[in-house]
Amino acid sequence: MTPLVLEGVRITLAGHALVDALSLTVAPGQCVTLMGPSGCGKSTLLAYIAGTLDAAFAASGSVRIGERDLVQVPPEQRRLGILFQDDLLFPHMSVGGNLAFALASHVRSREARAARVDAALAEAGLAGFAARDPATLSGGQRARVALMRTLLSEPAALLLDEPFNKLDAALRGEFRSFVYAHAAERGLPMLLVTHDADDAPPRGRVIALGTG
Amino acid sequence: MTRCIVIAVMLVLAGAAVSQPAPWQDIELRARGQTVNFNAWGGDEKTNAFIQWAGDEVAARHGVKINHVKLRDTAEAVTRVVAEKAAGRNAGGSVDLVWINGPNFLALKQQGLLYGPFAEGLPNYAKVDTTNMRSNVVDFTIPVDGMESPWRRAQIVFVIDGKRVADPPRSVAELLSWAKRHPGRLAHPSVRNFLGVTFLKQALHELAGGASVLQQPATDDNFAKVTAPLWAWYDELRPMLWRKGRQFPDNGPAQRQLMNDGEIDIMVSFNPAEAAVSVNAGLLPPTVRTVVFSRGTIGNTSFVAIPYNAANKEGAMVVANFLLHPATQARAQDYRQTGNFTVLDLAKLSPAERKLFDDLPKSPALPTNAELGASLLEPHASWMTRIAAEWEKRYTN
Amino acid sequence: MGEAVHQLTHLRAAPLVTVAVFLLPVVAGLAGTLLPAFGYLPAIGGLELSLAPWRDLVATPGFATSLAITLLTGIVTPMVAAAIAFCFCAWAHGRPWMRRASAAVTPILATPHSAVAIGLAFVVAPSGWIVRLLSPWATGFDVPPEVATVGDPRGVALIVALLVKEVPYLVLMIVGALAQVRVDAHMAIARSLGYSRASAWMKAIAPQVYRQVRLPIFAVVAFSLSVVDVALVVGPSNPPTLAVLAMRGFTDADVARYFPASAAAVLLFLLVMAVIAAWVTCERVARVLGRRWIAAGARNGASGPVAAAGSLAFAALALLAASSILSMALWSVASQWRFPDALPSAWDVAQWSRRMSALAAPFWTTLATGVVSTLVALVLVVACLENEARMRRRAGTGVLWLLYVPLLVPQIAFLFGAQVLLVRAGLDGTLAAVVWAHLVFVLPYLFLSLCDPWRALDPRYARSAASLGASPLRVLVAVKIPLLSRPLLVACAVAFAVSVAQYLPTVFAGNGLVATLTTEAVTLASGADRRVVGAYATLQALLPMAGFAVAVAWGRGTR
Repeated sequence: MTPLVLEGVRITLAGHALVDALSLTVAPGQCVTLMGPSGCGKSTLLAYIAGTLDAAFAASGSVRIGERDLVQVPPEQRRLGILFQDDLLFPHMSVGGNLAFALASHVRSREARAARVDAALAEAGLAGFAARDPATLSGGQRARVALMRTLLSEPAALLLDEPFNKLDAALRGEFRSFVYAHAAERGLPMLLVTHDADDAPPRGRVIALGTG
Repeated sequence: MTRCIVIAVMLVLAGAAVSQPAPWQDIELRARGQTVNFNAWGGDEKTNAFIQWAGDEVAARHGVKINHVKLRDTAEAVTRVVAEKAAGRNAGGSVDLVWINGPNFLALKQQGLLYGPFAEGLPNYAKVDTTNMRSNVVDFTIPVDGMESPWRRAQIVFVIDGKRVADPPRSVAELLSWAKRHPGRLAHPSVRNFLGVTFLKQALHELAGGASVLQQPATDDNFAKVTAPLWAWYDELRPMLWRKGRQFPDNGPAQRQLMNDGEIDIMVSFNPAEAAVSVNAGLLPPTVRTVVFSRGTIGNTSFVAIPYNAANKEGAMVVANFLLHPATQARAQDYRQTGNFTVLDLAKLSPAERKLFDDLPKSPALPTNAELGASLLEPHASWMTRIAAEWEKRYTN
Repeated sequence: MGEAVHQLTHLRAAPLVTVAVFLLPVVAGLAGTLLPAFGYLPAIGGLELSLAPWRDLVATPGFATSLAITLLTGIVTPMVAAAIAFCFCAWAHGRPWMRRASAAVTPILATPHSAVAIGLAFVVAPSGWIVRLLSPWATGFDVPPEVATVGDPRGVALIVALLVKEVPYLVLMIVGALAQVRVDAHMAIARSLGYSRASAWMKAIAPQVYRQVRLPIFAVVAFSLSVVDVALVVGPSNPPTLAVLAMRGFTDADVARYFPASAAAVLLFLLVMAVIAAWVTCERVARVLGRRWIAAGARNGASGPVAAAGSLAFAALALLAASSILSMALWSVASQWRFPDALPSAWDVAQWSRRMSALAAPFWTTLATGVVSTLVALVLVVACLENEARMRRRAGTGVLWLLYVPLLVPQIAFLFGAQVLLVRAGLDGTLAAVVWAHLVFVLPYLFLSLCDPWRALDPRYARSAASLGASPLRVLVAVKIPLLSRPLLVACAVAFAVSVAQYLPTVFAGNGLVATLTTEAVTLASGADRRVVGAYATLQALLPMAGFAVAVAWGRGTR
C-alpha cells in the first residue's frame, strides 16, 4: 500500500480561495482528519481529489498515490473509494447487486463474484442479505453495506465525506470502529472530513481548515 | 273574333310560359348575402387562386361569398353529404357546391343526394357546347340531366421534357418501348387518383382495339377478357416505371413535382395547358412540351353540383352560372391563370366574347386545338372501378 | 367562512370536470368506432352485428403488408428512439455544453410533426437537399439517382421522420426525470468504483430514470403505430400503414368502407395494447439480464462506444430536423430552385405578401384554436392543482395513467366515433368542436408540464400569505401564480404547440370545414408547389416557437 500525498493544493471560487497551499501526506493505514465549519471547502477538497470537482471552481496542486499522479487521470481510473453522508445504495439493485457492481472486474466468473460478495456480507455481519432490497435495511445496516461496497472495489485510498453524520449516537461509535478496523486491515490511507471532533480516530492527525 | 281569341290564347300561353320556372332574378336576389361552401380539391394552387378570384368577383357583382373548402379528395365531400343524410340533416347541409364528375357524381345521383335539375336553367348554359363536346351532357356514360353544370374540360395529354426526350411516344405501345429504353423515367399517379386510373383507361382503349364495349357496363364475363391485353402490357411496363412501379405519386401535382425535380421525363396530365401553365408558374422547366397520342386521347368534363340539402342553393346556382360566363371561361383558359380549356361552344358566342378567346396568349408548350384532335369518350364508370380494384389486387405490394 | 366553503365546493368539481372534458370523447368515441367494426351503424344501414367488416379488412389488397409495415415502423421507432435518447444522455451527462444543447433542441420540439416531415421529405429525397449539396461535384449526378427514400415501401423514411421528433421528446423526459434522482452523488460513487462516465450512467442512473420515462415511451409506441399525418407525407402508400388505410376507408365515397375502416381502427387499438404488453414483458426479461450485466462488473465495456454512437445518431437527427425546417423557410422565399442547385437560383421574398390573403384564414384559425384550448386547459388544470393543494391530497399514479389515456389510444380509433356523435348533436364543423377535440390532447400535456413545478412550490409562501389574512383566491392570484409565472408560461407554450400540431382532430371534428395551418400543409404536401407548402410549414413552425420565445423572454425578464 502506498501513501496519499497532496502538495500545494489551491482551490478558488470566483477569486475567493477556499483552500490555499494545502500539503499533507497520509501514510497507509493512517487517517488524517480535516475539520472545519460548513462551507469552508472540505467537501470541495475531496471532490478535487476524487476528480469530480464542479467546473465553477478553479483548482491547482498535485495529488499522488505513491508515485502515481492523479490530477490528469479521469475519476474512474483513480481508484479512490468515497463514502458520503448518505449510504447512496443504488435503489434499483439488490444489496448483493450493489456489492457485485463494485467488485473489481478481475474477478471473472459468476460463482467467484458471488462468493466474494457473500464473504463481504459475512464480514459485515449481514450474511444472507444478498437478495434483499436496500430499502428494507436499517440505517446502520445500509451504512455497513456502503462501506463494504467501497472496499470491494479494491481502492488505493479512502475519502470519507462526513459519513457518520446521519447515524444516531449509538450506531455512530459502532460504525466508526467498523470503518477504521477494515481500512487499517487493508492498509488504506484515509482522509476524513467532518465537523464533529469525536469522529477523528484517537491516534490520527487532525488538521483544521477554514477561517484563520 | 277568332283572331282575337287566338291572340288572347297566345298571350296567355306566352305569359304562362314566362311565369313558370323560378325567374333568374328571384334566384339572384335570394342569393345575395349567402356564403357558398364550395367543396373543391385544394391540391392545385392555381385553381385555388382562381376560386378565390371567382369569390371576389361574385361577391362584388352578386353579393355572394365563396368559402373554398379544400379537399384532399372529392370523395370527402360525398362522404360528408352521405353522413349528413344518415344523421337526418336534410336541410342546412355543410356542402353547397361541389366540383365533381364521374363515379362521385354517379354515387350522389343514384342515392338521390343532388338538388336539381338546375343546370339548364342557368342563363349562361345556353352557350355550352352540347353537340361536339358530348362529355358536357354525358358524364361517364351517365346522362347529366341537368343535375350538374359544366365547368372545365379535360383531355389526356403527355408532358415531356423536350430536352431529354428526343423521340416522344405517340401511342401506349410506343410508350412501353420508350420506357424500356429509359427505365425509371416515367411515372403515373396512383390508381386511387382519377388521373392514374384514366391513364390505364387510355391504355385499355388503345389495347382493347374498340370503343363500343367500353361504353357498356363491365360484366363479370367480359371484364377479364377485355382487360387481358391491358394487364399484359402493364406487367411489362411496371418494372420500367419510376421506383420500379412499387411506389406512385399521389396525384397529378405530385407527379409534376417529380418532373420538376428531374426524377422523371414523361408524365401524364388531364390538362392540355398544364405544360404552359406550369412553366409560367415556375413549376416545370421551360423545355417541356405537350404530346397528344396520334389516335386520340380520353377527355371529359368537370362539373359543379349542388347537394340536396345544401344550405345556400341560390348562391350555389349563381356561382355555377358565373363559372359559365364567357369572360370567366376565357380567363380560365388563359394559361397564365389555370389554362383550362373551355366547355363553351365558340360558335355560340358573340364576336366580342369570341375575341376574349382569340386574344389569349400563346406558348410553345401549349398544344393547338388541331393537335388536340378528337377526344375519346370516357368508358362506363364501372370499368374504372373494376380496373382500379383489379390493379390494387395485382400490384399492391 | 361560508365563502371559503363555497369556493372549496366549486373547486372540488374541477377534477371531475377535467376528466370529463378529455376522457368522455375518448371513451364515447371508442364505443362509436367499436360498434361499426362489428357491423352496427344504423345511420348507413348496418343493423346486425357480424364479422363481415373484419373479413373485408383482411381481404383488402395489401392488408398483410400493411400490417407488417405498421408493426415494423411501430416497434422499431420507439426502440431506436429510446436507445438513442438514453445513449445521448449517458454520453452527454455533465458535459458543459449539455445545457446549451438542450436549449437548441427546443425549436425542434416546438415544431409540429407534419411540418418537420414535410421539410424532411425535401431534404432526403433523391432529388432533395442532401443530394443537391453533393451534386454534381461529389456524386456526378446530373439527374437524381434511382433510390427510394420518401415513401419507400418499407417505411424507413417514416421511421426517420418519427425519430427526428421522438428522440428529443424522450431526451426531454429523461432530463426531467433526472431531477428526481440523486444523479451527481450516484455518478460520483459509480465513477469512484471505476466506471467510465457512460458506463456509470447506464448502469447506475438509467435504470432509476427508466421507471419515470415508461409512460412517455408508451406514448411514443402508440404514436408510432397510429400516426396519420406523418405517414401521409413520408410513409409508404402502396400499401400504406394500417392507420392510413383506416383513414382512406373513413373518407371513401362508398360508405360501406366505414365498416372495414372501423375494424382497422379497432385493430390498431388492439395492436397498441399488444405491443405495450409485449414491451412490459420485455422489461421483465431486460431487468433480469440487466442485473446480471450490472453485477458482472465490466468496467471497460461497450457502454462508451455505444453511447458515443447513439450521440452521433442524435446529432444527425438534430441536423436533419434543423435542415428540414430551414429548407421550408428557404422554399418560402425562393422563386426557382432546380436540381442540382444547392441553393435557390432565384429569390422572391414578395411572394409572402401575395400569399398573405390565402394564409390569413388558416393562420388565425390555428392561433384562435390554440389560444382558446390552452386557456381553457389552463383554467381546468390550475383548478385541479389548487383543489389538490387545498385538499392536501396528492393524486396517485392512477391519475397519471388516466392523463395518458388520450396519448395511448390511437387517435383514429376514437375520432370517427366522436365525429358521428358531433354530427348527431349538430356541432360538427364548428370551431367549438375543434377546440374541444384539441383540448383532449392539450390538457394532458399541460397538466404534465405544470404539475411538478406547481407541487414543488414551497407551501410556506401560501401559509405566510394566509396568515397575513389573504383569502385562498387571493393567495392563488397574488402569490402562487406570480411565483410560478415561468413554469406556467412554459406549460402554456407546450400546450399551444400541441394544439398547432393537431391534424386528425381538426379534420374529424371540423368535418373538413375548419382549416388550420396543419391541415392545409398536409393537404398541400402531396405535390403542390413547394414554395406554397414552404410558407405553410414555416408558419406552422414559427407559431409554437413564438410561444416558447415569449415564455423564455418572460423568464429572463423576471430574474
